[in-house]
Amino acid sequence: MGRFIYLDYNATTSTDERVVEAMKLYFNKLYGNPSSIYKFAQEAREAVEAARSKLAKILNAKPEEIVFTSGGTEADNFAIKGIAYANKEKGNHIITSKIEHHAVLNTCKWLEKQGFQVTYIGVNKYGIVDLDELRNAITDKTILITIMHANNEIGTIEPIEEIGKILQEINKQRITNNKPRIYFHTDAVQTVGKIPIDVNELGVDLLSLSGHKFYGPKGVGALFIRKRTKINSLLHGGHHERNRRAGTENVPGIVGLGKTCEIAMEEQEKEEKKPKALRDRLEKAIVEKIDDVIINGHPEKRLAGTLNICVKYVEGESMLLNLDLEGIAASSGSACTSGTLEPSHVLLALGIPPEVAHGSLRFSLGRNNTEEDIDHVIEVLPPIVKKLRAMSPFRKGREGGLRWDTQKR
Amino acid sequence: MGYSEKVMEHFMHPRNVGRIENADGVGRAGNPICGDIMAIYIKVKDDVITDIKFETFGCGAAIATSSMVTELVKGKTIEEALKITNRTVANALDGLPPIKMHCSLLAEDGVKAAIGDYKKKQELKNKVKL
Ligand code: FES
Repeated sequence: MGRFIYLDYNATTSTDERVVEAMKLYFNKLYGNPSSIYKFAQEAREAVEAARSKLAKILNAKPEEIVFTSGGTEADNFAIKGIAYANKEKGNHIITSKIEHHAVLNTCKWLEKQGFQVTYIGVNKYGIVDLDELRNAITDKTILITIMHANNEIGTIEPIEEIGKILQEINKQRITNNKPRIYFHTDAVQTVGKIPIDVNELGVDLLSLSGHKFYGPKGVGALFIRKRTKINSLLHGGHHERNRRAGTENVPGIVGLGKTCEIAMEEQEKEEKKPKALRDRLEKAIVEKIDDVIINGHPEKRLAGTLNICVKYVEGESMLLNLDLEGIAASSGSACTSGTLEPSHVLLALGIPPEVAHGSLRFSLGRNNTEEDIDHVIEVLPPIVKKLRAMSPFRKGREGGLRWDTQKR
Repeated sequence: MGYSEKVMEHFMHPRNVGRIENADGVGRAGNPICGDIMAIYIKVKDDVITDIKFETFGCGAAIATSSMVTELVKGKTIEEALKITNRTVANALDGLPPIKMHCSLLAEDGVKAAIGDYKKKQELKNKVKL
């Protein structure tokens, strides 16, 4: 293969060499089971606990508030189902947003089938959740609110801290009135390691994270569970993770995740600056060189490396295939690229018409991208769009929509 | 994305792209599953499709099947063209990934719609003559 330009960091990242190095020891040298009592196994136990402390540190939490999981999806399932079932005597209502990751949305949909009620809050055109709608959705039966920290497709960063404050007030009153408290969960899979996080400032009770989104290994993540949170386990078995998550610890993965957090704490600032400069350069050039493009997501409150655009009159997969042939890896929210053949629920929630959402492209930048990478994209994308547009039966329509046009021009 | 070489070849170099001014038949087809669309334009002489062009807004499979169907149809009689199914098109491309089979319907429907439009126009013409 010739040139390869990876612009899909929100999907996954390559594991940092230093992380791989730290993990190695625990595959076949210090391979003991942390639950065993002899000294050899205790080395593995210590490594797991050291990693736990590192996670606690990056979140400003306590080590005993961290539970390791197999990744972000398990952490989300654990948080939502765990709270729902542990508190179902007190209420059966959950509030979330329309733009959550499927790990949250499909968990909520499943719970609806089990008799829980879920309200899906809308967002404004930038993807920010509507706080009034959220406030009004709260009922006496509400036990959990789950809103993502930043959206994986458009990069918009949600006002978690504000929601946390609103809930603190509400919970104060609830406790004096003997009503159930509302727990607050955030899926921070896209933000941990990218922007500073403090669970106390955010005011969350639960927070999900995943290693492979910030240069850690795949197959490992964690759930922060604030002390005194009433939660049920998802996996039952041995007494691992303080009885919260059964199963022999993924020691190499956990060590790797710990190392990933340690590195992120030191290098976060640097990690944020570079992709932002490159992202801005890419965004500017695309807007200049291609007409009828819309930029999705919030202009400022957005992840530094994320650029999501809709290119009108063309379809996303056909752009991705052409980019792939140029050695460029990106993604799309087009119906044609989704396993379900539905356009991105996130773009639809922003109010984008389905045929425009069809032409979505997401570039997510990270640490290994260079100016040359970006310049290459800027060079090849406009001709790709031009070629596909020449093939399209769509033309400019009214109100920013598309018009199906087979008439003579 | 799991496409055959033939699909990629047609996708990168689609045949018969564009529209025909004064077409004898224009067909539109939409894909109800993913929402993609295509338009087919045909020229007919003595019951034979002498020229055909397409415009497609869709995935790689949609573009490749559009291109392939125009090749299959060109030079065929109306009757022969009507026998072409989405399977014929997919097979001519060495198959499609299962999730992309529905895209080939666009090609079949587009051709049928264009022929339908042609027939309707013929009827109208004949009526006028009478
Ligand atoms: S045309 Fe949409 S998936 Fe093929």
